[in-house]
Amino acid sequence: MSYFSSSKDADNIVTLIMDDTSRPVNVMNQDFIEQLEATVNQLAEEIDTVSGVILTSGKKTFFAGGDLDEILALEPHQAAEYGEKGLRIKASFRKLETLGKPVVAAINGAALGGGYEVCLATHYRVAIDQRGMVVGLPEVTLGLLPGAGGIVRLVRKVGLQAALPILSQGRNYPATAALANGMIDAIATDNDDMIAKARAWIKANPAASQPWDVKRFQFPGGNVDSREILSFIPIAGATLLNRRKGLYPAESAILNCAVESMRVDFDSASRIESRYLGSLSVTPEAKNMITYFFQMQKLQAGAARPEGFERSKINTLGILGAGMMGAGIAYCAAAAGINVVLKDVSAEQAEKGKAYSATVLDGLIKRGRASEQSKVEILARIKATADMADLSSCDLVVEAVFEKQALKATVTQQAEQHLPEHVVFASNTSTLPISSLATASRKPENFIGLHFFSPVDKMALVEIICGEQTSDETLARSYDFVKQIRKVPIVVNDSRCFYTSRVYEVYQDEAAWLLEDGVNPVLMENLAVQTGLPVGPLAANDEVAQRLIFDIKNSVRAGVEAEGGSYAVDAAPYQWMKKMVEELGRLGKASGAGYYDYPIGATKYIWPELRSLQSTQAKENATATISHQDIKDRLMFCQSVEAVRCLEENVLRSVEDCNIGSILGLGFPAYTGGQLQFINSYGVKAFAERAQQLADRFGARFQPPKLLIDKAATGEKF
Amino acid sequence: MPVEAFVYDAIRTPRGKGKVGGGLHEVSPINLIVGLLEALKERNHLDTKQVDDVVLGCVSPVGEQGAVLPKLALLASSWDQSVAGQQVNRFCGSGLETVNIAAMKVASGWEDLVVAGGIESMSRVTMGSDGGAWVIDPDANAKLNYVPQGIGADLIATIDGFSRQDVDAFAARSHQRAAFARDNGYFDNQIIPVLGLNGELILGHDELIRPSSTVESLGKLKAVFKDPGEQLFDAVAKLRYPEIEAINHVHTAGNSSGIVDGASLVLIGSAAKGAELGLRPRARIVATAVTSDEPTIMLTAPTPAAEKVLRKAGMTVADIDIFELNEAFASVVMRFQKKLNIPDEKINVNGGAIAMGHPLGATGGMILGTVVEELERRQQRFGLVTLCIGGGMGIATIIERV
Repeated sequence: MSYFSSSKDADNIVTLIMDDTSRPVNVMNQDFIEQLEATVNQLAEEIDTVSGVILTSGKKTFFAGGDLDEILALEPHQAAEYGEKGLRIKASFRKLETLGKPVVAAINGAALGGGYEVCLATHYRVAIDQRGMVVGLPEVTLGLLPGAGGIVRLVRKVGLQAALPILSQGRNYPATAALANGMIDAIATDNDDMIAKARAWIKANPAASQPWDVKRFQFPGGNVDSREILSFIPIAGATLLNRRKGLYPAESAILNCAVESMRVDFDSASRIESRYLGSLSVTPEAKNMITYFFQMQKLQAGAARPEGFERSKINTLGILGAGMMGAGIAYCAAAAGINVVLKDVSAEQAEKGKAYSATVLDGLIKRGRASEQSKVEILARIKATADMADLSSCDLVVEAVFEKQALKATVTQQAEQHLPEHVVFASNTSTLPISSLATASRKPENFIGLHFFSPVDKMALVEIICGEQTSDETLARSYDFVKQIRKVPIVVNDSRCFYTSRVYEVYQDEAAWLLEDGVNPVLMENLAVQTGLPVGPLAANDEVAQRLIFDIKNSVRAGVEAEGGSYAVDAAPYQWMKKMVEELGRLGKASGAGYYDYPIGATKYIWPELRSLQSTQAKENATATISHQDIKDRLMFCQSVEAVRCLEENVLRSVEDCNIGSILGLGFPAYTGGQLQFINSYGVKAFAERAQQLADRFGARFQPPKLLIDKAATGEKF
Repeated sequence: MPVEAFVYDAIRTPRGKGKVGGGLHEVSPINLIVGLLEALKERNHLDTKQVDDVVLGCVSPVGEQGAVLPKLALLASSWDQSVAGQQVNRFCGSGLETVNIAAMKVASGWEDLVVAGGIESMSRVTMGSDGGAWVIDPDANAKLNYVPQGIGADLIATIDGFSRQDVDAFAARSHQRAAFARDNGYFDNQIIPVLGLNGELILGHDELIRPSSTVESLGKLKAVFKDPGEQLFDAVAKLRYPEIEAINHVHTAGNSSGIVDGASLVLIGSAAKGAELGLRPRARIVATAVTSDEPTIMLTAPTPAAEKVLRKAGMTVADIDIFELNEAFASVVMRFQKKLNIPDEKINVNGGAIAMGHPLGATGGMILGTVVEELERRQQRFGLVTLCIGGGMGIATIIERV
């Protein structure tokens, strides 16, 4: 087993190749730490016979990051220990950059996280401009920070204001972008060019040292006591607080560490950085975000796709209904290279739907993210039509007409007349049971739900719903299609409103319960945002539209009553919607009046009359007895408890489907790791107890389901 | 209390506009103090050897205000070299804090004669030039939920329901009261004109007072904190005040304290030392208090500070003849008045910082002097002086005319 191989050429340039022979990728493990130390020590001993060093990788990927399993296993008392562990690797990096001889990183593949931090510890970075070649510091997306010198060096290399977006957004940068923002110093066309450029730089800079090791070093963009930086800091702090509400400790730590690192010498800054990393490594937020990362890997690897079916590809997609959803799906499919037949009742309507793609593309072109040529190609793939017969060439059809069962049945039957038998027929319903819709189809085994989210071109999630008769092959083909259009699929079983819409309804309903309980609507909205939800529940009601919510409630009610069940007509959620729609005519944001007023050209505000609709006694009671924490917990717990019910009822088929679906589809805050991970993080037993308290005080909807009680008893996590 | 502390004199410079072109811009901070030191010595026929310490407030003690300016000013003056000096910073409460420290020094019996007061040349040493963790350390910044003070003032107006018209009406009255007091010579005994090298007059009166100010004219001014608030800081403030939907931005340059240059001195000593030097006591320091309240809104602590000092003194609001609360922002005074139920004719009777300006470190000494003068003019007994302070603090002092 070896990690580094070393060779010296006639010019005394040493080439160090990182190639962990025991693994497919290079990671920052114990072997790396030890062998890097030995290798650098060796170099130091022989430095008089060395003219420079080229550091490159023997793998396709230059270097992957640290060991996340290790971090997940850390206990709170290990924060200091974990922070200090990094100091050893940092000592080697420091030695490498102070050898007195030029060191060049020849970046032949993706260098992310620790991989890019290795590059920062060299004097010059040259990367091959090729597909898959990215650099970046994604630690923040895992609730961590770059703790191997990434913050200290990047701030010194590009300056505070340029470094912060790179550090706190965690994006990957292709070679050209990385050259532009200063993360790398040169671009090469291929491996030979890269090595040639590295050698040329070494020869031209025989006594290279880091800028920050030169006397009277000035930070690019201003030292910490410069006017620019002094006025920037409070703005950066307020902006972060404003955006993240203090819920993302990694982003705060990155800002703090970056600024502090400018106030002290390099070695002190290194220690500060390690202490921050230690403190973050044991936070619940880091554990949640790392768990999410692993679950996403598992999901993307196809855990929910049935085995035994060859990977399929859609050539032509049919879409019924060119409204907002149909138009969005058409764009995504066409952009992924799929031919689209976009069908509506009139050619004019269909063309209108197609025009949406042009609008989206114009926006992308404006921001330099698409070309005129690509627009022409994408639009050429979309055929707008009013003729069902045009569907005959499709391999998959998505129905996206109005949410009316009878209408959906009609178009299903009409379309099927023109479709070959094997075609997968998907309904983009958000609420209607798939098994029931499938009864209209001649082949229910080919019938499936593909629930897209609005706006389709921005929302990454697709909820795949299997009806009772949906075949595994249909699921596999639908799954492949979702991947083909670069969306993230979760797979759930059939039930009214499935998983996402069902939980979202529960969240929106909680707004009515809170209003009924006398809670100040402004307080409710602000506290929702302060727990990290993207908008308050009242705003969410307005966005969907009270009229639509009331329609859905009535349709659910009809369904339930038709099956002989009883629907809670007298309960707050139904009554508040009824009042808003039937008595007050406040139908939603689109109508200009919901729980909010929408003045033209000004910021929306809570409808002033709303407060007077709440009973005086309830308002007094709320002020006296319902704490801010109660309100926050109600908004979060209602969702997680319902998610447990979905899992218990086998609507959800896996924990990762829930966690990923809730974050990508419902805006559940990322720091929680998702609706079920939120329970783990809270402590399953503590969560069950708190849910019981909420149930006792506020209603049975918080009653812990059996699955939750069982897990609380055994201490098992979701 | 072993020894009682008395105010023997209280003087100040006029307040000059705190910018280039302002009446005192050409005068260095050290010379503002030196001028007052000479005047204090002269008008009290003071044997300066008898003074133990000179304690002066300064909120931006950097640059030419740095390095223990009170001692440097003493050395630049004709005062005896045995007199010590120190600089105190409690933000806007600095000046009154020095009065309280001086009173405590005397009351403890360990010193007999102390000069309090303060200095701020805001035109020469810019507000905020001393930095500070709450602004430039992002960690501290976030832990404090720091927002600029004006956002706090607007938040007070929002919570207490003060409209733009209300705060502008308050501001107009401040100007009218200040102009009336100035025109009737109420400040004459307190103000020491600032003279040039050759004895020529540089500034003899407060520069900022605009008796022509009306609700209408003030209503035309721009709400200073509207843009920064809506873009950035309102949301930060709402983290602490989630019951607020939107902050009503009502404060302008016209209904907030003016930025000015100025200095103040207050001579405080024991009865015995006063008698020995033939000084006439003018007021007794009855009690002092400092406290602190929620830091994001930042400006609400005068109320608990006043309640605390009244408790210390065993008095009630009704016992106080005149209240003087620094007019940092109109809403600060309006809230205080509302909370303690103080009638208009008992508070800031000669106007305040909205009309005359707020030279940060110097203000406490200035308004204490104003209350001494006014109690004498009215032949009334008790005055309560208070200020709101950065970080959420409040300070208060009760004096009794003697």
